[in-house]
Amino acid sequence: MTDWFMQFLIRLSGTARDFLPIFVVLIGFQLFVIRKPLNNAGKTFAGFIYVLLGVAIFLEGLDMALFPIGKLMASQLTTPEFLGINTLDKTINWQTYTWVYVFAGSLGFAIALAEPSLLAIATKAEQISGGTIRAWGLRIAVGIGLGIGLALGTFRIVTGTELYFYIISGFTIATLQTLFTPKSILSIAFDSGSVTTTMVTVPLVTALGVGLAQAIPGRNPLSDGFGLLALASLYPIIAVLSYAQIAQWLNKRSLSSRP
Amino acid sequence: MFKKRFINQLINSFFDLSPILAVVSIFQVLIIRQSIPDVSHFIIGILFVLVGLTLFIQGLELSLFPLGESMAYAFARKGSLFWLLAFAFCLGFSAAIAEPALIDLGAQAAELATRKAQIAQSIEAKNNYVLGFRIIVAISIGFAILIGVLRIIRGWPAYYPVFCAYICIALMTPFAPKDILAIAYDSGCIATSTLTVPLVTALGVGLATAIKGRNPMTDGFGLVVFASLTPIISVMLYGIVL
Repeated sequence: MTDWFMQFLIRLSGTARDFLPIFVVLIGFQLFVIRKPLNNAGKTFAGFIYVLLGVAIFLEGLDMALFPIGKLMASQLTTPEFLGINTLDKTINWQTYTWVYVFAGSLGFAIALAEPSLLAIATKAEQISGGTIRAWGLRIAVGIGLGIGLALGTFRIVTGTELYFYIISGFTIATLQTLFTPKSILSIAFDSGSVTTTMVTVPLVTALGVGLAQAIPGRNPLSDGFGLLALASLYPIIAVLSYAQIAQWLNKRSLSSRP
Repeated sequence: MFKKRFINQLINSFFDLSPILAVVSIFQVLIIRQSIPDVSHFIIGILFVLVGLTLFIQGLELSLFPLGESMAYAFARKGSLFWLLAFAFCLGFSAAIAEPALIDLGAQAAELATRKAQIAQSIEAKNNYVLGFRIIVAISIGFAILIGVLRIIRGWPAYYPVFCAYICIALMTPFAPKDILAIAYDSGCIATSTLTVPLVTALGVGLATAIKGRNPMTDGFGLVVFASLTPIISVMLYGIVL
């Protein structure tokens, strides 16, 4: 118990060190440039403590539960026994790994929903838009996008195709979509699409990528394991832009059907 | 009242996390067909995640969101463009420089660079490389937030900078060394971290509300996406120049 407590204290101080620069900038500018005391200083301070404790406890829980299980599942899904293949057989094709894509896709969907930053920005977007955009709708759209991004990313690792092909085509699709998306939702869509990759996603997805690159013959974990994150932050943008288009279309229809 | 809010938030957090539990259990039971090893550990971990998420959201609503917005108002009233831009830059820079995931990525980039014999085989050279990598990413994030704030003040549409960044990346990709490409792409999303996102959003929305003629919905957002694109450009440049 004391061991565990010490370990938690170390994590807490690590988190505090990571956040220190931001707190210094915030307080420094408030006191020396704006030159006004904080209103509700006590509340603000309590909030800082909450954020710190929350992040430290959250990371501790991730380490205990989600990371081990995520890694374990990735390795279980790529063992020759599970896939029913002979490792010496050189004719392994991409279909052998179908369950890996399905797993990556559903994992992507699930982690997007648990991402705290996304939750924060989605709530804000719902407030600002006065309810035109629903927080849940946004988060599900991001989840679908992240799922597609990760499934594509694992497919890329298995097949060993070039990363920039997926990135540049993603950019092109997003650019084309921009032309047809209502301008009022455009910037919210871009932002909520790109916030996916923080606390939960980064470590979990990196582990998945490196694990896969190790398990698949002919892949180098140092160079093939990367790039999943880039896809994980690009494809949600496309998904949310589509959601914005659909929401706009539904809104119009319900307005015109009303007498 | 406070206790009730905490419990409500805890229930919300449980619903937020339920999809993860569903995915894990479905795969374990139906497809892999093995029981989860160390179930009690797993359950305690999930409880930790729940409590942590709840505290984090409470803290955001209590301090970071209101603080970001009140600072945005104060800057708008003060009317000093220089200090506002300085604040925007410092916020982006300070958030990125200490990000642990970015430090890891920098170490990996250094590993690649030593292998290609771009830098010397010593620990010092590697550390310098990592430090350079972090500073460059942090500067580009700070710069992105600065441009974003300038955009809100001037009233440029949010998608202009985003498109410029897309085009830059697409044009630079063929010229960048192949093995730094994946790291460059990843660096962008890593550096916009847990605290940056809510703070920058609050700043943008606050500014767009405080300045006359700006709409918080169209002008207030769009800072984060640009901040996740500029590091890609600068890391590619770093790779080309070094």
